[in-house]
Amino acid sequence: MSVTIAGVTMKNPVMTASGTFGSGIEYSEFVDLNHLGAVVTKGVSNVPWEGNPVPRVAEVYGGMLNAIGLQNPGVEVFAERDLKFLEDFDTRVIVNVCGHTEEEYLSVVERLQEEKRVDMLEINVSCPNVKQGGIGFGTKPDMLCDITSKIRKIARQPVIMKLTPNVTSVAELAKAAEAGGADAISLINTITGMKIDIERQRFVLANRTGGMSGPAIHPIAVRMVYEAASAVKLPIIGMGGISNAEDAIEMMLAGATAVAVGAANFHDPYVTQKVIDGMTDYAKRHSLERITDIVGILR
Amino acid sequence: MRVKTKQRLQVRESIEIAQGVWSLVLQYDAGSAPDTVVPGQFVGVYPRDGARLLPRPISICGWDEKDHTLRLVYRVVGGGTREFTTLAPGDAVDVLGILGNGYDLAALTGRRVLLLGGGIGAPPLLELAKRIQLENRKAGRDGSVTSVLGYRTNELFLSEEFSQYGPVVIATDDGTVGVHGNVIDAVREKNLSFDAICACGPMPMLRGVKALSEERGVSCWLSLEERMACGVGVCLGCVAKTTKKNAHSKVNNARVCTEGPVFNAADVEI
Repeated sequence: MSVTIAGVTMKNPVMTASGTFGSGIEYSEFVDLNHLGAVVTKGVSNVPWEGNPVPRVAEVYGGMLNAIGLQNPGVEVFAERDLKFLEDFDTRVIVNVCGHTEEEYLSVVERLQEEKRVDMLEINVSCPNVKQGGIGFGTKPDMLCDITSKIRKIARQPVIMKLTPNVTSVAELAKAAEAGGADAISLINTITGMKIDIERQRFVLANRTGGMSGPAIHPIAVRMVYEAASAVKLPIIGMGGISNAEDAIEMMLAGATAVAVGAANFHDPYVTQKVIDGMTDYAKRHSLERITDIVGILR
Repeated sequence: MRVKTKQRLQVRESIEIAQGVWSLVLQYDAGSAPDTVVPGQFVGVYPRDGARLLPRPISICGWDEKDHTLRLVYRVVGGGTREFTTLAPGDAVDVLGILGNGYDLAALTGRRVLLLGGGIGAPPLLELAKRIQLENRKAGRDGSVTSVLGYRTNELFLSEEFSQYGPVVIATDDGTVGVHGNVIDAVREKNLSFDAICACGPMPMLRGVKALSEERGVSCWLSLEERMACGVGVCLGCVAKTTKKNAHSKVNNARVCTEGPVFNAADVEI
């Protein structure tokens, strides 16, 4: 079941999607983190971020909207508390990095260079819920290429660029990340949506718009992973509405080397283990020597 | 650390006790029942319809530690809670729990406690009234519980049950029963004395309660409600503004589902 991305080997292809699993502290009451391919942590910035006003979340049919605004305690506390917690687990640690400006991204990456527990970096250039930075870097190919190469220069860990679906051509962005020297890409981040309370005639979210996740976005994610896989040679971490092993297998057939489970954790805190078990069964049923034998076989 | 689970519970009873307000009693297996339930804690109840992704946070109205039954009283507010009204005895329902931090019973023992429940905010206070009385008896102390319950109309759900634990004052929006007005109007009109307040209800009421506690110089705990996703402190969806930097978040936000839903009124900006 093991997979290798940019030289980092994971015991299986199942990760957690950033922002849906914290740093694993809370869900470790439900699942054994040692069984996961990787824990991808909630986005971390150079200083603590307050995030957006409430309401920050809303359920929609087959999914949810969130506009958390990347609230996080900042990289210092993250390193001392969250990375320390993860030291006790035999899983890969991928740290999601966010910022408003190039300098902010680079200062977080720099700070994480001292941390032995960080196996890979995932750069969040695709959050739809912060006013500056974030998605700005992820929607313009030249900016994406530029920030990728600047991070690549100072990072000893492999760099994953996390792409947004809120663009006309995800292939173009995937190519820009590749040109900038990314070691891998992950997609999709959430799809911008809106929900209106018709009785109060008001926006449900204080931020008005939010990122949609959940099973309803899965077919969009599969299509985009397929398009990105067709455009670049980089390994892809596929995510977007994965709720079970079938969804995860679909993602790998479309071209993902690994997968991440997001909003489904909120529906079932045990889901990551169930996805791993289901994929193991699939591999047996299809007599696969390695789970990666199915990666991108549909072209 | 408290052990949280998502498990399938059996419905023992599901009845409508006022228009759109339902009482749901759920059975835990003895082997997997929670060790303790603190009044003010809550559970997340999952709709069976998988297109409704998120657990519905519902406060605990009653916990029978001998029978391992959990009683929830909720108002129908949308499709998820509407689905719960179709549950019948013997049906199974998935429940995430036990969640959050409840009321500080030790701080309430031996005191004249005023419970203020606004509408569907009343249910968690019923278990609190029961437990305060129990703690007072165990400790042989003279504390008391006075409940002031606010309703829209004369459908006074749970009010009789509150009267087992002390005096009950009713306030109604339409003036059909008791004081015409809200719970704070009732406290003033009846000239109640107390040295601690515990309150649950809509946000405008809680703002008034906080002001009342400051005016009287008494301790006050509020049970807050906020839209939640995970219910376990991961997603940071349900934060409350805090007066001081929160130890977990390092900003002035605390998670309603984890540090709350019960907060000392002095610690939150509402």
